Amino acid sequence: MHSNSNLTAQLHEIAQSLHAKSREVGLDPQTTVFELVDYKQLNEVAAYGGFPTRYPHWRWGMEYERLSKSYTYGLSVIYEMVINNDPCYAYLLRSNSLVAQKTVIAHVYGHSDFFKNNYWFSKTNRKMLDQMANHANMVRRIIDEVGHDESENFIDVCLSLENLIDIHSSFRASTKALSQEEVENMGKKPVAKLHAERSYMDRYMNPQEYLDQQRKKIEDSAEKMQKFPQQPTHDVLRFLLDFAPMSSWQKKILQLVRDEAYYFAPQGQTKILNEGWATYWHSKMMTKLAPLHASEIVDYCDHYAGVVANHGGKMNPYRLGVSLLRHIEKRWDRGQFGMEYQNIDDYQQRSRWDTQVGKGQEKIFEIRRYHNDVTFLEEYFDEDFCHESKMFLYDYDERSGKQIISNRQFKDIKNYLLKMLTNLGNPRISVSDGNYHNRGELLLEHHHEGVDLQHEYTIEVLRNLHRVWKRPVHIKTVIDSIAKCVGFDGHNHSLERM
Amino acid sequence: MKMETDLNRFHKIVRGKIKQELKKFIANGSLIGRHGKETISIPLPRIDIPHFSFGNNNKGGLGQGNGKVGEKIGPGEQEGQAGAAGEGPGQHSLEVDVSLEDLSKMLGEELALPRIELKGQKNLSSEHRKYGSVHRRGPESLHHFRRTYKEALKRSVISGEYNPEEPLIVPIKADKRYRSFTVTRQPVANAVILYMMDVSGSMGDEQKEIVRLTSFWLDTWLSQQYKGIERRFIIHDATAREVDEPTFFRTKESGGTLISSAYRLAVKLMESHYPPQDWNIYLFHFSDGDNWSGNDTAECLKLLGEQLLPAANLFCYGQVESRYGSGQFLRDLVKQFGDKHDKVTLAQIKDREAIMGALKTFLGKGK
Repeated sequence: MHSNSNLTAQLHEIAQSLHAKSREVGLDPQTTVFELVDYKQLNEVAAYGGFPTRYPHWRWGMEYERLSKSYTYGLSVIYEMVINNDPCYAYLLRSNSLVAQKTVIAHVYGHSDFFKNNYWFSKTNRKMLDQMANHANMVRRIIDEVGHDESENFIDVCLSLENLIDIHSSFRASTKALSQEEVENMGKKPVAKLHAERSYMDRYMNPQEYLDQQRKKIEDSAEKMQKFPQQPTHDVLRFLLDFAPMSSWQKKILQLVRDEAYYFAPQGQTKILNEGWATYWHSKMMTKLAPLHASEIVDYCDHYAGVVANHGGKMNPYRLGVSLLRHIEKRWDRGQFGMEYQNIDDYQQRSRWDTQVGKGQEKIFEIRRYHNDVTFLEEYFDEDFCHESKMFLYDYDERSGKQIISNRQFKDIKNYLLKMLTNLGNPRISVSDGNYHNRGELLLEHHHEGVDLQHEYTIEVLRNLHRVWKRPVHIKTVIDSIAKCVGFDGHNHSLERM
Repeated sequence: MKMETDLNRFHKIVRGKIKQELKKFIANGSLIGRHGKETISIPLPRIDIPHFSFGNNNKGGLGQGNGKVGEKIGPGEQEGQAGAAGEGPGQHSLEVDVSLEDLSKMLGEELALPRIELKGQKNLSSEHRKYGSVHRRGPESLHHFRRTYKEALKRSVISGEYNPEEPLIVPIKADKRYRSFTVTRQPVANAVILYMMDVSGSMGDEQKEIVRLTSFWLDTWLSQQYKGIERRFIIHDATAREVDEPTFFRTKESGGTLISSAYRLAVKLMESHYPPQDWNIYLFHFSDGDNWSGNDTAECLKLLGEQLLPAANLFCYGQVESRYGSGQFLRDLVKQFGDKHDKVTLAQIKDREAIMGALKTFLGKGK
């Protein structure tokens, strides 16, 4: 099923045959619409985060200018953009060579399959294209109502808070907050006595100390529930929407920013796996399943080398993803898993191990269904892979003023990777008190995991947070190993030791 | 393009930033040398939206490649040569291109400069030919092939000669089309800036840098007010000579100072090249004000009063402070012309910070 909008007949045919091939090997891509665009259009779409329309905001303009510049100077070319939507939309750069188009189309089917079948995408809005257009209209109406500067300033405020969401919240059954009355009654609940078969046993089974202890427990937990919020929540934006004093247009904007943040979260959570998956399949398609003509293979290799190259200063998710998937496929093809294999210490013996069970394909399809980057690396990034792919950590050397390789320990490398990916690389922050000092002030808590917050930004964000909460705001954090509380009361910043 | 609005919003923010920082840019000269013909590229700190984020308190990262622990890695080196890569965030700064026109506008807004009233529209005008239309007649050299072909095609379709199986189009004379131009005449007010600078021993490098910065901004402003602008450079110590721009800013002499020599040369230049009825003439003179003698100063004032001022739109004197302190010349000028004179503006430029004030004084008259 294809509804290709403006593909040439030739590309249309290619897309169809690649689609058929991908279904043959077990991929299950979303219906995908390809659109041919020139580089200006592609830059525009890319600046809009993949969408043809977004709400009016200056940062798209900034991104567009950056992309256009780096394209003009030949620093980077975007080959493809694909949107998680039903149907999936993908953009092809008109000036790409035919080989590149084929590769990109195959790659897109990989993503499209991933979007549709990966668990972490299961809660995303599949009509986001429409939603984005609605958001754009809504913001335009707000602009008409309150003016461009006013609304843009507030969008800036909201964007500065956009990472304060709970990326796992959509996967949890929501716990309903108890009403005030329920909370009050909780404290008056009778103590549940232990059942005594004989009445004379009662005073031995339920001595007074025990009853007092139980009563205290109930009262304590009731008191805890009196707190606001009852449980610390990581979805700070939700909390603000529910309780911050905002006008209705402001609420709409914050809601919009939150919706979009949740929509984009899975893409951040699965960058390595998603790109790895798409790269795995495009390379398999181009070389094995729907092989390119001999005359095209050099161009293809050139392209592929560009995709998986380690560009200076950046870890390449394409490379890490595809090589780890291949490593896993090889292991499960050769039966390199389970107790017996794990207990072998000898590297040679391990690498020769081959039971020819051929479970590789099955395994990687299982991974594409259930994993995100964190769980994927946690589970499968093993010592052999780490050494084979020559990973290392580097650090800045004070003495020589150069960056040097500081560590090749598997454990440290894995820890580093996981830390980097956890919570999308954002600090974990929750609302711990919405009535701090009993004065309606807001207290956030940063769950410190070894790295301090960037102080200048913290101050700026607090200023923005205050514009939403309208009462003094605070964040508990750790600075240079000392627990501190940074606050902003609308005029001044404060920094106190806890 | 949909992006247009967002791009404009972004540029507005950038403009705001530049205006905020304009004072800094004026004083530190990092912009000069970054300018092309029509645009100038300005480095700004990255404009971004703050988030709660991790501080970058280590410059380390994750890499891939050969090499032993302790070996240094070249950032961005290609793989295969102990190459390495990490994902540490780079320090981005934003480089924005601003047209000189915009920059001059910002300067104008920031300093509240009045637009210059042109000295009576001169009958100088330039002819401008624009090939914008198509005619039925014309020279073969301007034959417009595509239009001709189109006409022929239309004619053959209408007349029924056209055969899609064998599309053969033969243009006849009536089909022929030619490019044609229209002439527009634009009045041009011409302007010349005469820069004069004292290069005597007491003018140090810092003083020259101040002159250079000041003249850059003067150029930027004036060149936006006039279509064609010419610049001439005169240096003087005890004698004056005309030089080109690079020499102007580099020359260092050791002689004494006779300011009248420069003024005399200026008069000569004006007489030979720039008749005042046709030209808007700007005179800028920079010196540390240590003229050799009172006699020469009297001579200067005479030259100014009788010959230079009647011809020029504006005479600006900027006295920079050298390591020997500030000279007498500024005071002499004030005594002679007062500080309310129609065409004379005087400024003391103590240091780089004072450039902005000097620009305002010089250009504030709208002459």
